[in-house]
Amino acid sequence: MTDDSLREEMHKDEVAAALVDHVKGAVASDSYGQTVVFIPRESWKEAVRFLKDDQQFTQCSDITAVDQLLRPDRALPLGVDGERFEVVANLLSHPRNRRIRLICQVPDGSEVESLFDLFPGTELPEREIYDLLGVHFAGHPDLTRLMMPDDWDGHPLRKDDAPGRVPVQFKESQAPR
Amino acid sequence: MTLSPRDLVLGPEAWPESDETMIVNLGPQHPSTHGVLRVVLELEGETVLRAKPVIGYLHTGMEKTGEQLTYVQGSTNVTRMDYAAPLFNELVFSMAVERLLEVELPPRATWIRMLMCELNRVSSHLLFLATNGMDLGAISMMLYGWRERERVLAFFEKVTGLRMNHNYIRPGGVAVDLPPDWRDDLEDILDVVPRGVAEYDELLTENPIWLERTVGIGVITTEQALALGASGPILRSTGVPWDLRKAQPYLAYDQVDFDVIYTENGDTFDRYRIRLHEIAESLKIVEQCMERMPEGDYRVQDRKITPPPRARIDESMEALIHHFKIFTEGFKVPAGETYVAVENPRGELGCYLVSDGSGRPYRLHIRGASFYNLQMLSTMVQGGLVADGIAIISSIDPIMGDVDR
Repeated sequence: MTDDSLREEMHKDEVAAALVDHVKGAVASDSYGQTVVFIPRESWKEAVRFLKDDQQFTQCSDITAVDQLLRPDRALPLGVDGERFEVVANLLSHPRNRRIRLICQVPDGSEVESLFDLFPGTELPEREIYDLLGVHFAGHPDLTRLMMPDDWDGHPLRKDDAPGRVPVQFKESQAPR
Repeated sequence: MTLSPRDLVLGPEAWPESDETMIVNLGPQHPSTHGVLRVVLELEGETVLRAKPVIGYLHTGMEKTGEQLTYVQGSTNVTRMDYAAPLFNELVFSMAVERLLEVELPPRATWIRMLMCELNRVSSHLLFLATNGMDLGAISMMLYGWRERERVLAFFEKVTGLRMNHNYIRPGGVAVDLPPDWRDDLEDILDVVPRGVAEYDELLTENPIWLERTVGIGVITTEQALALGASGPILRSTGVPWDLRKAQPYLAYDQVDFDVIYTENGDTFDRYRIRLHEIAESLKIVEQCMERMPEGDYRVQDRKITPPPRARIDESMEALIHHFKIFTEGFKVPAGETYVAVENPRGELGCYLVSDGSGRPYRLHIRGASFYNLQMLSTMVQGGLVADGIAIISSIDPIMGDVDR
């Protein structure tokens, strides 16, 4: 694919085009008719701020993450290097009645900026991601476990956290857990 | 508008130092907390200074379980999340799978789904009215709400075999066709439920005690609702006519006539009123489904996705193989990812599905409407009385199965 045709593809969607122009290293893509933009980790918060302030995106309707440990060779658009975790945010614009999905690649052990300052509604979901997948959010006011007990070891939604790892305890078991 | 982190997210270090305040745990086993919600309240006398919901008591790892089950089994898992509106969970999961499979549903399947979902919205709102009444001391409301809801659940049982957790909507269509006399049962529901709703209206809407307890309680603004991710009746109570059925139509909602109910005040009374009137709108859609239900197949006749009819298995080796394959290993879904959102009784219910091309989802994430709506709680109860807190929790209508998953 030549640079020109690649650029043309990107510019199909005006919001994605504006975002790609604004954020260095962002790559626009399309998944079953939905606009997806891959954002470099260091510009994650700036990209969301741009969409919120300049593009009328009023709500972060969902934020989640995926552990891509078993899919290192997954299909990604040109210019995006796959890392272990993908943080995925679905933004919704009520005035423009449209959605956009942002995906950020996060290596294991690194952190990504929290969106709490922009959308306080990401407080519980980001805690959930931290709890279940172990992705850290810098600037989150209270990054503690949400679903699992406070003394839990590990992050259950990780692909290397096998189900059945913790044996089910029946009565009067002597096992520590 | 600024929502300071201090007001929203509370750790012990954020609490003001004073001997006059008291930390009280509400729940997790208080009846008004609708399951196992725990709220840490900081009180000064009877006034709530701060509140923080503590969740996770019902966490059963359903997203992880979803990764172990095939796509055929998947809807039995998701249906248990929002247990008051199970059909919506099945719907959003099935729609996500169908988008990745790129299959087109026959019209009858679409309309049956719409009919069942609207009935489910009615039963869920009846549950809300019943429990909302009971939380505020209108005990008889509990009995009335249950009485009408029972009629809808009886219809569900007749169609799907179960009153809850139906596993009725599956990728590729629905499990079975409607029973032959389904219109008669619906005539009955369309007669009984509006009469019940009129009764509640009379019992509560003009009732001075009810108004005293709900009007002007837990007021929120549109900005707060949007910032905190609220949707559904909570967002609509602040004057935003936002309903995914109208804004981003799915199924056949663009072909039926109904109104989006919204109010301006953003208080507990408005959230009650919206749900009360939404029942009538849903019944309007049910009526149109009865009139215009298309004939034809109730599921895709693609042998790779839906099992063959029982009779074919006796005659055709190929049908037997397909049947065996679907129920042992399921079908494979092309690699990809998608986000699908539907309007459930509590707001936007989303499903983010990642497939790696195998027969099981690589990642299944459900965006629970209750989970996001619950974040409104801290803002709503601040500065009010403890007793109002009960009214406010009830008006958010959180289903803990959806919050904790």
